[in-house]
Amino acid sequence: PPAHSHSDWIGPPDKHSNLRPIIFYVPPEESALERRLREARQEAQASNQRFWARHNRAFRQEKEEFIYSRLKAKGLEMRDESGQKATLNAEEMADFYKDFLSKNLKKHLQYNRDWYKRNFRITFLMGQVALVKALRWLRRRKKNVEQ
Amino acid sequence: MSAARRCRPSRALAGLFVWRLRSTGVRQIPYRFVHLYHTANNRLITFQYFNFLKRMYVTQCNKDLSQRAKAKSDSIVSPFHELQQLDQEKKVVHKISPVSPVHQSWSETSSRNELREIKSAAETEDSVIPVGAESKEDRQWKEMKLRLDDLPGILARLSKIKLTALVVSTTSAGFAMAPVPFELTCFLLASLGTGLASCAANSINQFFEVPFDSNMNRTKNRPLVRGQISPLLAVCFAASCGVPGIALLTLGVNPLTGALGAFNIFLYTCCYTPLKRMSIANTWVGAVVGAIPPIMGWTAATGSLDSGALLLGGILYSWQFPHFNALSWGLREDYSRGGYCMMSVTHPGLCRRVALRHCLALIGLSTVAPVLDITTWTFPIISLPINLYISYLGFQFYRDANRSSSRKLFFCSLWHLPMLLLVMFTCKKSVLEKEDKSDLPGRSHERAMEIRLP
Repeated sequence: PPAHSHSDWIGPPDKHSNLRPIIFYVPPEESALERRLREARQEAQASNQRFWARHNRAFRQEKEEFIYSRLKAKGLEMRDESGQKATLNAEEMADFYKDFLSKNLKKHLQYNRDWYKRNFRITFLMGQVALVKALRWLRRRKKNVEQ
Repeated sequence: MSAARRCRPSRALAGLFVWRLRSTGVRQIPYRFVHLYHTANNRLITFQYFNFLKRMYVTQCNKDLSQRAKAKSDSIVSPFHELQQLDQEKKVVHKISPVSPVHQSWSETSSRNELREIKSAAETEDSVIPVGAESKEDRQWKEMKLRLDDLPGILARLSKIKLTALVVSTTSAGFAMAPVPFELTCFLLASLGTGLASCAANSINQFFEVPFDSNMNRTKNRPLVRGQISPLLAVCFAASCGVPGIALLTLGVNPLTGALGAFNIFLYTCCYTPLKRMSIANTWVGAVVGAIPPIMGWTAATGSLDSGALLLGGILYSWQFPHFNALSWGLREDYSRGGYCMMSVTHPGLCRRVALRHCLALIGLSTVAPVLDITTWTFPIISLPINLYISYLGFQFYRDANRSSSRKLFFCSLWHLPMLLLVMFTCKKSVLEKEDKSDLPGRSHERAMEIRLP
């Protein structure tokens, strides 16, 4: 993002977590409230990034292992004659999906709770910041009108 | 009907699966691709919403062309089903006719190939963003500033406007089936109120699901995921739609409809959305969410909750299951990775049984309709062929449960509902007829008066 910009910039989705990173703009006269908001957003972003990157990596890895073990059980190799990666059909993969989901359920419940809390807190702070800004703008306008 | 039109392309295989644009050598028209992709996504989303409409009843949607009569449900289409409707894709493809031949074959084959690849291999590329037209725009850093000209489009996507339209049409169906003289103002107020409530519920739903939506292919282009709008604005928009919507229903129509609307918003946002990640019970809650809009249409017309309303709600409730279960069958990978608890992943046997059970229930419910004096006896007879057909597909899905049977069932459900509602409306027992049957002369006289009044 350009150096002179006064707003946040959002980037393309991350390769591992599929989340879009945000670069936050720090205004020179940032109030304490605005700083709290920015830090909350940064923290949430970091935490989400960590969770999803790890989770997706685990999914990919376990999927590979599952395919490998199943192919081995069937007596096939990972790559067939043409060099293409051998694959399992949807019904065979279904066992893996079911397993993976139940294994990670607890992790997801914990993450959900965290995410909802963070989301509400960030939105509430945004509301507070917006309110303060609006009041400040109104006061400035009143002053201009009086002058 | 548009739904039928949409359903017919059986090449809708891709619809159920991840839609990926593969960039080929057609670099000279990147913007067309982007446009195609975006419109495809929008349509896919709406179409999906359409389907999920039932699930996400936010009470107010009225009849939509395709599925419901006014129903406010944003339902199903929502988060749940991340199926991408191929039909939508196709429609989009058809629309962009000058470039379409290339797009069509390209999208079809590429999506088919992609699907195969996705389904089979544990390719790491799978989890990476699809390359293609979208990546050009996607790979850039964007300023997070709200532009006013973009706002209508952003809000439309936030509120899942097409799904809302479907819900509203379901509600209209409920209104139309009510055995009272048609009042235009009441109808319009009910539709508007339902639509607003649906927008509100959908926005809150998207607000809750940002990180999950970014990880699922169907939903990763939503406004909040892309940072086009701030969460605060989304919540404010939801409040500014929901509060007037419910107020309109309560004051402009009747308190019962308003209460149902508010309850449906609550059910959708606070029960269904969190429940999706906790237990498979979300499917049943979602079905109720989908069933409420027609009930709302009925109560808007009559002011009371009688057996006819419950029957209509029951029909929509039952319809949800073959629709959603078939849809979710193809999304098992995304659900598993995203952490969504769906029957198709955790209890596949149950998934198939429930779908079949409710297909058969539809036959039963259609037979009950004339008993409750809502329709004439021609309704169960005329609707029997389509109900039998969907039950047959449901049975095939139950027995085989593979990609083709799930797709067939899903696409059938898309045209089945609008057709069923249409047949129901044409077989509606007219008020005059009912009057003749009425024993109390006083009552029939009163009703005759009702009809004559404007």
